[in-house]
Amino acid sequence: MLKAAVIGVGQSAFVRSYPGSIRELAFEGFKEAISDAGISAKDIDASVFCSAPEYDKQRSPSAVVAEYLGLNPQPTFYVESLCSSSSTGLKLAYSMVASGVHDVVAVIGLQKMSEISSAESQERMGRGADIQWESPFGTMMPAYYALHAKAHMDKYGTTLEDLAAVRVKAATYGQINERAVYRKAVTPDMFSDPENMMSSPVSSPLRVGDCCANADGTSCLIVANEEKAKLFSKKPVWILGVGAASASVNLTGRDKLHGLKSAELAARQAYAMAGLGPKDIDVAEVHDCFTIAELLAYEALGFAEPGGAKELIQSKETFKDGSIPVNVDGGLLSKGHPIGATGGSQVRTIVLQLRGEAGDMQVKDPTIGLVHNIGGVGIYGNVTIFGNE
Amino acid sequence: MGKKPEDVRFAKFGTVSFTKTTRVNDFIDYLEDSKVMYTHCKKCGAEFFPPRADCAGCLSSDMAWREVSGTGRLVSYSQLKYAPVGFDGDLPYSIAMLDYGDYQVFGRLDGDLSLAEVKIGMPMVTVVNELPNGQLNYIFKKA
Ligand SMILES: [Zn+2]
Repeated sequence: MLKAAVIGVGQSAFVRSYPGSIRELAFEGFKEAISDAGISAKDIDASVFCSAPEYDKQRSPSAVVAEYLGLNPQPTFYVESLCSSSSTGLKLAYSMVASGVHDVVAVIGLQKMSEISSAESQERMGRGADIQWESPFGTMMPAYYALHAKAHMDKYGTTLEDLAAVRVKAATYGQINERAVYRKAVTPDMFSDPENMMSSPVSSPLRVGDCCANADGTSCLIVANEEKAKLFSKKPVWILGVGAASASVNLTGRDKLHGLKSAELAARQAYAMAGLGPKDIDVAEVHDCFTIAELLAYEALGFAEPGGAKELIQSKETFKDGSIPVNVDGGLLSKGHPIGATGGSQVRTIVLQLRGEAGDMQVKDPTIGLVHNIGGVGIYGNVTIFGNE
Repeated sequence: MGKKPEDVRFAKFGTVSFTKTTRVNDFIDYLEDSKVMYTHCKKCGAEFFPPRADCAGCLSSDMAWREVSGTGRLVSYSQLKYAPVGFDGDLPYSIAMLDYGDYQVFGRLDGDLSLAEVKIGMPMVTVVNELPNGQLNYIFKKA
């Protein structure tokens, strides 16, 4: 297999409601990514469009987006794996480039969630679970993660304060990320104040402050083979390991709720392919759609032993100056979670970190970075490892 | 030749059903008879909840219905304060999962149960429940 690198990254601001169409939104991330890569649309051999369906009215959105971005007549297609759609897109782009089928591929992630109401959006997300056997009970994403939170708390003694600490960390960095939707400070006492919105129950034990917000946004990654990467880019960021796994949609098929097996399997694959382990990771982006999800990620990725996530957040080791900085761009909890764009946004953060271009969010001299991106409640697990050499 | 009427029994499952036709529609007849059933593969012995018409293990479609009986242990639960469209009238309600050993069952906790009495690991039973809108589901009660 050939080597492949990310040579360009782009992202729009993540906002509550984008005042334009999906093709116009896609343009914002794409323009930034091809400018970053120093290429033009004609240098791109194929494009992969990644989003979760049912938010957009457009059928087969890859076609209108490719047209608008000047990517005809190159092949384009549509992939989705719920919240990890653009990590799936990256894995496909990697596979096409590493196999020699294409030299340069654009991965465009996008979601315009504001097209529908928040309640409708929750209902659609809930239908990313088993619609025949679970949805008739009135399920929603927060409730599924709440079941995992309750199980983790019961098994390992994780507390509501530990969950709140994840949100406090996210807000620490969200405040300095100008592309984030939530930029205010969050303090632990907000969670103990019954008058504060942060403490308001959503699905026990999760509160408003434990949940990320819907957002509109786009991300774009340009993936190239070694020859093109060296031709176009001064600082290519190499894809060292790609891991992906699936799990039963219905929770009855899971052997535990205090962890996500698909993420553990994806991590094992990515580490094996890269020849690296958890101790080698200098900076990570994990899928913190809910506070509990970040703690589950610490354990799935081996940053902590099973049950050890609470100590990791309590000791602040996952803050910017800790031993394993995680989500120092504010994570999904601060940035917002435009489903199809999220994975690409996580990759963008890691690429900027490994190039030393992350500004106020920069951790000290990282050489290896990791992205953990989950679709649904652990239905799709994706882990990708990057290096700047 | 008259057109055979569509078998839409499954539309009766839960507060709002998103599925009308399925080859395990008999599940609803059993619910109407106050029984929650799972399927057992006659060829390889695999057991499935939720019930399946086809076995992924041996590809046989020769299944037998068996009743969810005895007690399962509570794996986890969560009480919702917000509901998806169409479920607001049920609030607050709690979703939960029971482990029966050979299979697990996903459903709702008995709405009359105080959450102060609920503990992970406690034994519970699965019973059929008629919803105020006439639909059928099943709930978990204290054993
Ligand atoms: Zn079988």
